[in-house]
Amino acid sequence: MTASIPLSAQLINLFAAVILLLAFAMLAQRRMHSLVNLFALQGLALCLATLVAAVSTGQVHLYFSAGLTLLLKVLALPWILYRLVRQLNIKGDVEALINIPTIMLVGIGLVMVAFNVALPISELSHTITRGTLGIALAVVMLAFLMMITRQKAISQVVGFLSMENGLFLAATSATYGMPMVVELGIALDVLVGMIILGVFFFQIRDQFDSLDIRHMEKLKDS
Amino acid sequence: MDFFILMLSIPLVSGALLTIVGERDWAPNLNVIASLGTFLAAVGLTGEIVANGPRFAVGEQFFIDSLNVFFVALTAFVGLTTSIFSGPYMRIERDRGRLTKPRLRLYKSMYQLFMFTMLAALTTNNLGILWVAMEAATLTTVLLVSLYRSPASLEAAWKYFILCGVGIAQALFGTVLLYFAAERVLGAAGNALLWTHLVDVKSQLEPTIMALSFIFLLVGYGTKVGLAPLHNWLPDAHAEGPTPVSAVLSGLLLNVALYAILRCKVLADGALPEGYAGNLMIGFGLFTLLLAAFFLSRQKDVKRMFAYSSIEHMGLITFAFGMGGPIANFAGLLHMTMHSLTKSAIFFAVGHATQKTETQLMEHIRGLMKINPLIGWGLMLGTLAILGMPPFGVFASEFMILTHAMKHFPWTTPILLLALGVAFASIFSKVQPMVFGETEAKRLPHAPAITPVFLHLGIVLMLGLYIPPYLTRWFHEAARMLG
Repeated sequence: MTASIPLSAQLINLFAAVILLLAFAMLAQRRMHSLVNLFALQGLALCLATLVAAVSTGQVHLYFSAGLTLLLKVLALPWILYRLVRQLNIKGDVEALINIPTIMLVGIGLVMVAFNVALPISELSHTITRGTLGIALAVVMLAFLMMITRQKAISQVVGFLSMENGLFLAATSATYGMPMVVELGIALDVLVGMIILGVFFFQIRDQFDSLDIRHMEKLKDS
Repeated sequence: MDFFILMLSIPLVSGALLTIVGERDWAPNLNVIASLGTFLAAVGLTGEIVANGPRFAVGEQFFIDSLNVFFVALTAFVGLTTSIFSGPYMRIERDRGRLTKPRLRLYKSMYQLFMFTMLAALTTNNLGILWVAMEAATLTTVLLVSLYRSPASLEAAWKYFILCGVGIAQALFGTVLLYFAAERVLGAAGNALLWTHLVDVKSQLEPTIMALSFIFLLVGYGTKVGLAPLHNWLPDAHAEGPTPVSAVLSGLLLNVALYAILRCKVLADGALPEGYAGNLMIGFGLFTLLLAAFFLSRQKDVKRMFAYSSIEHMGLITFAFGMGGPIANFAGLLHMTMHSLTKSAIFFAVGHATQKTETQLMEHIRGLMKINPLIGWGLMLGTLAILGMPPFGVFASEFMILTHAMKHFPWTTPILLLALGVAFASIFSKVQPMVFGETEAKRLPHAPAITPVFLHLGIVLMLGLYIPPYLTRWFHEAARMLG
């Protein structure tokens, strides 16, 4: 069975597994700086997975997609995030997380759900990357969990971007990537969104003297 | 000059121009003129589509048919009236020191860019670009919701960004799955996400994938429509942002997000067994309607209350489209138009009312009829219209939805009647003392913009009494396209 899987597919599965592993690492990471590092690494793994898929299938636009991932997810976004962390002086911040082991267990449960949901679909796919669709969905769900459990605005955003990584992995694994114009549009949206958030962080800090979203729980229907 | 290109380029160019030149005395006028230009171009485009039938633009990337041209005309119209309203409104806010010049500049340029993203989302043929434009619409309005920079408005904007961001990420996953299903039939060429190609092969799309894809798309775009349980961003964003922003969010953004769901539903209906997509929408719609109706009774903030009323109506419209068929679709489209016009008129009136009394708390707003009878009447008539009183147009569409539901889905009738009844009681009992009653509030330093309020209500009244035959034909054609 193992012998029948070509090397490129094994490599893609490896990188996808690395992405999943990094998603778990991000879930447990308490330091802001390391969190951004992990996010950049996840982007790199995604870029490499796309690149392997590009080489083995010869699809030209996958090369573009890999390049776009490298520029945006490995260089531009982590750079912006580092700058924000430095300028907002939250460098040494340690975030109090509620009960990491429990979060991990919930995460494992989510991965199992994701694999079950993705199974009937990945069987229909004819791409060499089809095995990773379940992983992609799992990454999306883990990122979702991270957004729920975090209290700092920046880590919620990292969770959001990690979700985007999972979605890109899904696009690559199921269909060899979306059409070029759509991928460019998505990349533009993510970048603009990040810049707007940067502005927004400063507004939040000026107003609340902190980026802790616990301050932002006033609006409720009592 | 092509009307379509003109319609998309006017808001884009004027948005850039308003950013560059900054806040001048004539900037509000430029905002209105640009919106007027967009509206005229949209009218021209509508005339063209009605005369010549559907057309493509920019290769096959854009596609305008009777369904979306109707939304285009509505969007451009409400965009125009809101820009007229925002002139005096923003001037008063500036005089009171709530807004500075850079923020007014931000407001105007983002307003135009928001119009651009809305129109692009409506006219694009590519479901991927539709997603991109919807996300861009969120991005342009995030900074508008937090325009006052108050703690509450920042919190609202943050919630808006995160919740809609997560929601729209689900929609992206749905789009990826849709592309996956389409690629198996249409091949990997760039046109596998073009709606016109997809609709030709919709019966061949793999049902397993389409089922999952539609769920993700419904939940994703549904977040932006305000469907429960992902509606939490909506009341906050409406209550804390400037009133013109509340008006366009309620009147336009929700419609465009619902339009995205409708396009996807047409594809899902072709691929899936009868009623799958429809039943999902009926479920979400009824739940939203009921939840919003009960939350309505607990509101103290006037803008928040009308935001919940928007959620309620979106639930009702989703329910109508879920039932499907020519009559329910017709009623759904009519109700979308009516809600859009009425709700933005109400927000215009509420905007001036809150400026007069300098509060959004309903218990402190009293005697609008005394300070300014026109605003008082505007709010009263708008409220009666949105509650579905005859002879306004909302009555016609709600009546159609209700009778259709009684005939084909009788078990939903008690739920619908209960929700509409609760909504009526909660809203009317709160608006009545606001309009009548005693007050010491002063006059406004600038004349308020009353024309847009009565213009909208006039159209709603007219459509309640008489729908011109060409409009009926147009609605019928659009309803038929939805299947």
